Amino acid sequence: MSGEPLFEVFVRPRRGLSHTHVGSLHAPDAAMALRNARDVYTRREEGVSIWVVPATAITASSPDEKDAFFDPAADKVYRHPTFYDVPDGAKHL
Amino acid sequence: MYGNDFAGPDAGSDGGLLGQVEAAEAALRAAALRGRVEGDPAALQDYFDAVIAADQKIEPRDWMPDAYRRGLVRQIAQHAHSEIIGMQPEGSWITRAPSLKRKAILLAKVQDEAGHGLYLYAAAETLGVSRAELVDMLLDGRQKYSSIFNYPTLTWADIGAIGWLVDGAAIVNQVPLCRCSYGPYARAMIRICKEESFHQRQGYEILHTLSRGTQAQHEMAQDAVDRWWYPSLAMFGPPDTDSTHSAQSMAWKIKRFSNDDLRQRFVDMCVQQAGVLGLRIPDPGLRWNEERQAHDFTAPDYDELMRVIKGDGPCNEERMAHRRRAHSEGAWVREAAAAYAAKQQEVVPA
Amino acid sequence: MTTVDYVLRLGDDALITAQRLGAWYAAGPEMEEDVALANIALDQLGAARLLLTYAGELEGAGRDEDALAYRRSAGEFRNCRLVEQPEPDFAFVIAKLLLLSSFQQPLYEALAAAGDERLAAIGGKALKESAYHLDHGTLWTLRLGDGTDESHRRVQEAFDTLWPYTGGLFVGDAVGPVEFASLRDTWQSTVEDVLRRATLEVPSPSPEPTGDRPQLVALLAEMQELHRAHPGARW
Repeated sequence: MSGEPLFEVFVRPRRGLSHTHVGSLHAPDAAMALRNARDVYTRREEGVSIWVVPATAITASSPDEKDAFFDPAADKVYRHPTFYDVPDGAKHL
Repeated sequence: MYGNDFAGPDAGSDGGLLGQVEAAEAALRAAALRGRVEGDPAALQDYFDAVIAADQKIEPRDWMPDAYRRGLVRQIAQHAHSEIIGMQPEGSWITRAPSLKRKAILLAKVQDEAGHGLYLYAAAETLGVSRAELVDMLLDGRQKYSSIFNYPTLTWADIGAIGWLVDGAAIVNQVPLCRCSYGPYARAMIRICKEESFHQRQGYEILHTLSRGTQAQHEMAQDAVDRWWYPSLAMFGPPDTDSTHSAQSMAWKIKRFSNDDLRQRFVDMCVQQAGVLGLRIPDPGLRWNEERQAHDFTAPDYDELMRVIKGDGPCNEERMAHRRRAHSEGAWVREAAAAYAAKQQEVVPA
Repeated sequence: MTTVDYVLRLGDDALITAQRLGAWYAAGPEMEEDVALANIALDQLGAARLLLTYAGELEGAGRDEDALAYRRSAGEFRNCRLVEQPEPDFAFVIAKLLLLSSFQQPLYEALAAAGDERLAAIGGKALKESAYHLDHGTLWTLRLGDGTDESHRRVQEAFDTLWPYTGGLFVGDAVGPVEFASLRDTWQSTVEDVLRRATLEVPSPSPEPTGDRPQLVALLAEMQELHRAHPGARW
């Protein structure tokens, strides 16, 4: 038995928040996956919006490349606002 | 604070089990915020050990020892199977529930069990095994489910006893799993434990109502507690001296407490709760031990536990037959849905 | 003007539907579908409780939802015969869901806008739920009808078997804010549209079977047995 396709489920918990990954489920197609996600992952009003994505459509970074991917950002402190001195008296910055 | 999942200072506002779940969730977030673990990810085993030592979470695509992966698949799958098989003993009372309110509560509870099975299969699938394989292993007996679901539900009071004792024991077992080192399992357990908080309470409420009801209702309640007490104690598994998986599981922070520690905790909780119910725990050896600051109690029959796990319980055949029937009778529906999906893909322009 | 019988008809339809679906625990074709069917059962049961409570108040004889659900005999139930029909396979579950929700959805919509305040409030709530039931029934009818030869045959058989009972959706002389017969055209076009898209035949009209209702009697016997065995008990 091969089983139905796997879909990853993302739920926006409330307006103003991003969709967050909550888990996965199996469904024959995307339309059913969306309904199933509603029944399985939002039985207690956990969401206002749902995305379902076929698991096969996700390309993920590899843990082996973690350093190459994510370390270069670590020394770019100038991307963060706290890096800068704000002269006394300047407002609305 | 990881030393004591039961009454730590971070146990949350209500200090009860739900508070501990919230504390586990806070700890998960705090660990994530502590920044990345020092070490060279290329040194696989060392990095894995460092993440565990720092109480951070192992995530799906991380390197992990084969035994860690296999052990988790076995444990999470068994847990998922238990949720799915566990729908049956209670589900058979949905059509017979004695009030519409109880019918609604029971429907919602059995539905939650299906949902929890799905969360757990989803967590298991992140380890590279498919749900279809796991279901096959359940159906052909290569994987097990909790022995407790092989006992029959003879009266309505059994629904109360299952909620109070079986769900109670499950929660005591499961709350520490909210701190499990494998991220997807920990997150699924946090969600499950939060949702399950109503399961135990509804069972307790059923027993409380029956215990104070007519004489026949009270007797029904006592009979159910008499039958479910020892099987519930057996849910914590064999005694520590015989447990095969415990030590490694503790070292990897999958398990946090030994079987016997959890069983003791459960007994101590139940004694007070039984008093409020006005029901008797069927153990003549049960008494407070001042020196240990815990109750002495009679251990469940572990030989019976092993027999039931191996398939020789009162309802093993029936439970498996029901699951196999649902699976085989649903085959034509799944085939139809797959055929329809394939046709739709043909007509949608690429 | 709303009569007790009118509200009982709505409440009994919902209750019997919930009772049938409640028997499908752990028996769906996929675990996800178990969760979906339970949701629909819970919606129907929720509506049934509100409606039976209201019926009891209208009657004014002190009967609450449980007295009405557990202490009436089959002859006192007002549900249409469609909802009590057995569901030998998943095709019957889906066919019945489509046939019933195509009726309940416009009914609740009309009640939400009509003069009886209590029914308007109940209808407003149930309306959203029945829209979801209709969606679920539609999606599955399409998949079964246009799936495999076997699924096509099974779901066509389910619609053919249930079709004679659909006439009962629209009859009833009980007085209430929305006449059941007024929903017939809407129902007809909704159902026919889905059947056509699902490559299924619209069954030809036939008279509704009359006579004894052994299936309702058996369903109630199971539902009421425990409650009736303990007169006056609280649960």
